[in-house]
Amino acid sequence: MKVAVVVFPGSNCDHDAYWSYRHLIGVETVFAWHKEADLHGADAVVLPGGFSYGDYLRCGAIASRSPVMRAVSEFARRGGPVIGICNGFQILCESGLLPGALLRNRDLRFLCRDVYLRCESNASPFTRRLERGQTIRAHIAHGEGNYFADEQTLARLEGDGRVAFRYVSPQGGDEPEWNVNGSARAIAGVLNEGKNVLGLMPHPERMDEAILGCTDGLAILEGVLGGRRAAAGAGA
Amino acid sequence: MTARITITPRKTVLDPQGRAVTGSLHALGFAEAADVRIGRFIEIRLDPPPRGGASEARERVDRMCRELLANPLIEDYRFEIES
Amino acid sequence: MSAPARTEEPGVTLERAREHGLTDEEYATACRIAGRTPSWTELGVFSVMWSEHCSYKSSRKHLRGLPTTGARVLQGPGENAGVVDIGDGWAVAFKMESHNHPSFVEPYQGAATGVGCILRDVFTMGARPIASLNSLRFGDPANARMRFLVGGVVGGIGGYGNSFGCPTVGGEISFHPSYNGNILVNAFNLGLVPADRIFLGKAAGPGNPVLYAGSRTGRDGIHGASLLASAEFDASSQDKRPTVQVGDPFAEKCLLEACLELMKTDYIVGIQDMGAAGLTSSSFEMASRAGSGVALDLDRVPRREEGMTPYEVMLSESQERMLIVVKKGHEEDAREIFRKWDLEAEVVGTVTDGGRVVATSEGRTVVDLPARPLAEEAPLYDRPAATPEWQAAVQALDPATVPLPADAGAALRALLGSPNLCAREWAWEQYDQTVRSNTVVRPGSDAAVVRIKGTGRAIALSVDCNSRWCYLDPYEGAKAAVAEAARNVAAAGAHPIGLTDCLNFGNPERPEIMWQFREAIRGLSDACRESGIPIVSGNVSFYNETEGRGIHPTPTVAVVGLLERADRHAASRFRAAGDAIVLLGTPTDELGGSEYLAVVHGREAGLPPRVDLAAEGRLRALLIAGIADGLILTAHDVSDGGLAVAAAECAILPVLRDEAPLGAEIDAGAAGLRPDAVLFGEGTGRAIVTCDPVRSRELLALAESRGVPATLAGRVGGDRLRITSAGRVLLDEETGRLVAIWRGALPRLMSTGAGTGD
Repeated sequence: MKVAVVVFPGSNCDHDAYWSYRHLIGVETVFAWHKEADLHGADAVVLPGGFSYGDYLRCGAIASRSPVMRAVSEFARRGGPVIGICNGFQILCESGLLPGALLRNRDLRFLCRDVYLRCESNASPFTRRLERGQTIRAHIAHGEGNYFADEQTLARLEGDGRVAFRYVSPQGGDEPEWNVNGSARAIAGVLNEGKNVLGLMPHPERMDEAILGCTDGLAILEGVLGGRRAAAGAGA
Repeated sequence: MTARITITPRKTVLDPQGRAVTGSLHALGFAEAADVRIGRFIEIRLDPPPRGGASEARERVDRMCRELLANPLIEDYRFEIES
Repeated sequence: MSAPARTEEPGVTLERAREHGLTDEEYATACRIAGRTPSWTELGVFSVMWSEHCSYKSSRKHLRGLPTTGARVLQGPGENAGVVDIGDGWAVAFKMESHNHPSFVEPYQGAATGVGCILRDVFTMGARPIASLNSLRFGDPANARMRFLVGGVVGGIGGYGNSFGCPTVGGEISFHPSYNGNILVNAFNLGLVPADRIFLGKAAGPGNPVLYAGSRTGRDGIHGASLLASAEFDASSQDKRPTVQVGDPFAEKCLLEACLELMKTDYIVGIQDMGAAGLTSSSFEMASRAGSGVALDLDRVPRREEGMTPYEVMLSESQERMLIVVKKGHEEDAREIFRKWDLEAEVVGTVTDGGRVVATSEGRTVVDLPARPLAEEAPLYDRPAATPEWQAAVQALDPATVPLPADAGAALRALLGSPNLCAREWAWEQYDQTVRSNTVVRPGSDAAVVRIKGTGRAIALSVDCNSRWCYLDPYEGAKAAVAEAARNVAAAGAHPIGLTDCLNFGNPERPEIMWQFREAIRGLSDACRESGIPIVSGNVSFYNETEGRGIHPTPTVAVVGLLERADRHAASRFRAAGDAIVLLGTPTDELGGSEYLAVVHGREAGLPPRVDLAAEGRLRALLIAGIADGLILTAHDVSDGGLAVAAAECAILPVLRDEAPLGAEIDAGAAGLRPDAVLFGEGTGRAIVTCDPVRSRELLALAESRGVPATLAGRVGGDRLRITSAGRVLLDEETGRLVAIWRGALPRLMSTGAGTGD
């Protein structure tokens, strides 16, 4: 099993994703430089968080036009698992691999805090270790995480089971105050048609070690290794 | 030759910045300020200008907008070419 | 000063020297060092190198007495950052810097570039930045412009730090009218560096090329360092807007990665960032440290504006630039690394022997000066100091004139809702606290804790200063700042290994200010010496005055602590109902300089509580031992607001936003003390800790063996905070009500300026 973490100028969470895959999960992990359309034979691809190109023009806009994204698109088209975290999610939307766009947070401020997510679909490599309806603790740190898509697209996403995560209360309820960035339908993560590409705003790689206070994110990253969770969900 | 491009959020997209600014304008006494939308202005000097003159420039700038400068899902764009 | 023609510089006269901020005597010295009348560009060089901000001319003499050495110290003051060994082959490089004046003029960019500057100071040493803190002081928040400054500063710190990718894990924000005309923005950063691979800023090896890397040079901040930071504000200060530098965190991030890649090779001889006074200070300082010289060809400096004069190129404070001396023959290797990151890098000069910095432009020599005198023989002043005539009066406080509050609960609520004590979530949620996946304890606790991957260790960080105490008694106040920061890292379980400071004062040409400064240095020195904490770096910011009114003396300190085991750390919040509460230290009746006196009685007077450094040392040792053993589960020091506020914070600090607050029953003992002193007195050397009830006797025994007074005071539990003393109930409040007041205050204050309380 080999995981490639793509690095753009301005990516910050590339090292965090590398640490999680290489040292916590224990798989071979390499970096894929943005200027080369080369994923080094990886079996799974991570587009990490950060501020690629300083978020200039639009978040992820310039990164999405990098040579490496040609390889990522081809890899995704063939069904390869791709996870885009935070800025990675923005890049996936800008490159057309996922529908929609991430706008500025509703309250116009950068928000760094813990949130809760309900898993709405476990039909993807990254969510197969979670149960549908399971609530997990998560962590966001972004200024532009407000998910937008037109009504038609939203309806299609819901209908096809392609909403991966939603912002919810600690008990898994839909109270609007827990949708802190104003995302349409409180959507925190979505899947592509093939369900092999996941984009999500929260950072599972910051919630995957006991010393960091929570391990709920580990299951999302481990999903690419295959298999289902043996026990019932981790909960909050 | 200079292209002057204005990019604005599409009407269907919520513009929280515009909404916040509307509120501030009202608080300052400008009750007539309605529906503020905040976008981006991009100026590009075309050097050298295309051989086909302004009409070729228009075609190329339009492509620049569609391929990078604007996200058609959430933004509209318009531009002028000035010699 | 009109822009000169490209090839002609204005003539230099005494009048022009005065306009540059030089005294007549300084100008005479400059002429002597130059051996002639300086050129126009040379005049600029003297004026920035000898500005207060760059030369420390009013403070250097007094800083010499500070304790700067220790077994772990790998690099003390004098380089871009201090470096301390943390074991396992690693070291930490850290420093704190001020960006006060630019932030008052343009808060977002002033704060942003302040963060940028300190990041560069750290990574130029070869250290990857892993943790940022900041200490911010603002004036009265009822004022709309002041709220604008608060928003701009917090936004700028977040905007730069988040994009760069270094977590902001802690800090402090305080409000006081003395900062109405001069806000303070002190930015701290710490980075991780292999102990045997520390890079220094020296231009060694004649013949080696000097490489300029990073963003192009523009007209940013010309005279920023000398102009803004070396003079008071007056009515025309708004006109200084164009001299504020603008930062680009993306360029800085690319510069960081390129530099770290370059540092893995053998190509670097010396490296320094271009900060205050830009190319001038880097070239002169690097030459001076190596005892060498530098020949610069200014025409080769990448510019982003047309028609820049040599003067402008030498003095520009454009951000995100580094000056690197590379081993001859490796220029292209180095440039290739920068090109990979889409950064420009140009050879702009050569190291020479002869000890002079010579700069040419368009074939003419515009600078030819000896390096050492400028960097090391700057004017050294021993300005007169005199006790302020009002000092004795403000220190006088007759306790009989302080009435007991009728309602202690109302007093607590007023304190928790006051601008200086309420929750700072509004600010720290705008900072990315967790990027790099190392943050073990986030903002809100006594100290932030950041783990070091691959070592099992962690560092703890705290930045502190009670400026009201320093105003009332600068010596004791400075001692207390050190004691508090050290106590805070100990409360996380870490032992202090180093300190950096940012000394913010008014106009040093006034004897009262000089007295405050010297007393604070004395306090800092005594505290660090007795506590065994070396000062490895620091910064002095003078002239924080507007129209003759200065800020409270504010010697901010940041202490770095080391945790041998990252998983054996503590945070402030109570853990669970049923845990036993133990009070450590001895309460006193000292009310002088307390938040209680200020908020409830509207007075700022008295002597601040005394600091017993030996007792503080014993308390720290107990906390560290108890936490390492797992005996002490949570720890919170008692400081601003006293025991009642500290206990309330333990109950209401949220781990998760939604978590319901806890409660506690505490018997504070302290029979014989007036009740408001029991609840709100800020006597030093104290902490509230918790342990498993079955181990409480063990904890008391450990405390006794360590010489720390300790009492089993109560239990965590319920939904009320109840504090008793000598059989009487002093306080009985519902913690749900307290948390609502505490968390709602700052957001409400920031959006309306309205008062707080319930």
